[in-house]
Amino acid sequence: MTTETISVVVPARSAGHDLRAVKVVLHREMLRFLSDRTRMLSMLFQPVLWLFIMGTGLGSLVQGSIPGVDYRTFMYPGMISMTVIMTGMFSAGSIVWDREFGFLREMLVAPVSRGAIVLGKCLGGAIVATGQGVVILAMAGLVGVPYSGTLMLTLLAEMFLAAFTITAFGVMLAARMKNMQTFFGLMQMAIMPMMFLSGAMFPLANLPSWLHVLTVVNPMTYAVDPMRQAVFSHLSVPPQVNAMLNPGVQWFGWQVPVILEIGVVAGLGAALLGVGIIQFRRAD
Amino acid sequence: MTLTPAVAVQDLKKTYGKVDAVKGVSFEVQPGEVFGFLGPNGAGKTTTISMLCTLVNPTGGSASVAGHDVVGARDEVRRNIGLVFQDPTLDGYLSAEQNLRFHAELYGVPRHIVGDRIRQVMEMVALWDRKDAKVMTFSGGMKRRLEIARGLLHSPRVLFLDEPTVGLDPQTRAAIWGYINKLRLSEDITIFMTTHYMEEAEYCDRIAIIDHGEIVVVDSPEALKASVGKDRVQIHTGDDERAITALRQRFGIEATVNEGAVTFAVAAGEEFVPRLFAELGQPIRSVSVSRPSLDDVFMSYTGSTIRDAEADDKNAWMRAMVRR
Repeated sequence: MTTETISVVVPARSAGHDLRAVKVVLHREMLRFLSDRTRMLSMLFQPVLWLFIMGTGLGSLVQGSIPGVDYRTFMYPGMISMTVIMTGMFSAGSIVWDREFGFLREMLVAPVSRGAIVLGKCLGGAIVATGQGVVILAMAGLVGVPYSGTLMLTLLAEMFLAAFTITAFGVMLAARMKNMQTFFGLMQMAIMPMMFLSGAMFPLANLPSWLHVLTVVNPMTYAVDPMRQAVFSHLSVPPQVNAMLNPGVQWFGWQVPVILEIGVVAGLGAALLGVGIIQFRRAD
Repeated sequence: MTLTPAVAVQDLKKTYGKVDAVKGVSFEVQPGEVFGFLGPNGAGKTTTISMLCTLVNPTGGSASVAGHDVVGARDEVRRNIGLVFQDPTLDGYLSAEQNLRFHAELYGVPRHIVGDRIRQVMEMVALWDRKDAKVMTFSGGMKRRLEIARGLLHSPRVLFLDEPTVGLDPQTRAAIWGYINKLRLSEDITIFMTTHYMEEAEYCDRIAIIDHGEIVVVDSPEALKASVGKDRVQIHTGDDERAITALRQRFGIEATVNEGAVTFAVAAGEEFVPRLFAELGQPIRSVSVSRPSLDDVFMSYTGSTIRDAEADDKNAWMRAMVRR
């Protein structure tokens, strides 16, 4: 059976080695996701429910005031965000699971930087979440959103960014958490208000000022708005309806450009990733 | 020629709040040795191993593994050690081979040898034919074997095994010891293990007996047994208290109740038995004489058997729970 024993020399730490670690952590995340069909379906269930049931119901109510636009078209970018956010958070939550089942220890005693592990996790979560988002993307035609190449690519990129940031947020939460129940409790508590205040479900124009302030400080607003602007730029909508459904975000009366919104999400993602890495270094 | 010790520990301490888990232990393990840490649960074995594996920071003292300091040169230590924990650390949703691939990538095993090396370690633990099965379908013994294979994958200089056979059936335990013995021959490796099974400590080149966070003695199993020099006698009587008093008064022997029997050590135990029956002055229901085992070594150095030490520990824990 045995020929010569193969002797391995573990190389000193290098960028190449850390990159391999990032890739394998990411790879595992995808394997795990692909092997869990139930999870795939359940993550899609809620957004689809909101889009087609709530969207249709609410749509019949508001039809008169938004001529020419299907309410579901309005909700569509919001539901993409919702899918992406739930999937990303779930991926991040697997860190807690890994801790409970010991696998985290296998990663933490390896001679790689904590940064590589956390980055791999966030990228893995982002890719998986984007994959889920693609399913919603494929439903565009059902709610009156055109299948334009540029629109799809723009949405895909914005989706990925939002997914990365939310996974980083989840990883930061999960860094110290000891059990799944606590994590999911906290996750629900964080996600619900963020969803409600992001413009995913109702337009942010003409809100009372206290509510308006909350929507402006909600980071998710900056993930949803660029997607909506992208969708609406591919529709022909009467200006007054556009102003009502797609008002954009304003800081003290100044219209925030899309590029800055994206910058906010990216910056936040980088900051959360940094905090997550620091927490893992400390947890050592 | 002086070799760098595989493990060198100087006055290593770990304190959790007010509890001294490890109270300043010192020892050295030579390259190629199989070194065992023997002690009851809660004696500080796992804490010590965690410090040596860079998972827990020591409160005081110093330790080096494969010549690298466990605090100052963590990465170097991590590159040179393999670990098998008490609790499984496998991903049940991945296949056996995927688990090993993950490990190989994380440790940066050169790409051109990954496949061959995985096959080699899996063949060693007789799991190659199950490489594509998901780990969650494995039995406890298979999981442990896979973990041993994984621990060896990157050819570590020192392999740490924390209670490698706990909770396994005797057959699997024997198999695991078979692999460990094979390993000593085929790879240039030092093995550091903890156990609370006396029989297993016998396989080690040297053992350190640890109790209440302190090392009581370090030596080879043979030398330790020789040092006891007495046989162990256990008797069952109707009245243990009276028997103990009688032993003290008539023979000058200190006996204790261990595992439900009056237990004491005496030179040339078999010749002592007739005298015992003649002079104890009370009926004896049964008697057993045994050559010194590591149990006796443990007992003569710590004053209790390892099982009683664990039972005490459990009782203390129960009392603590009740007080809450």
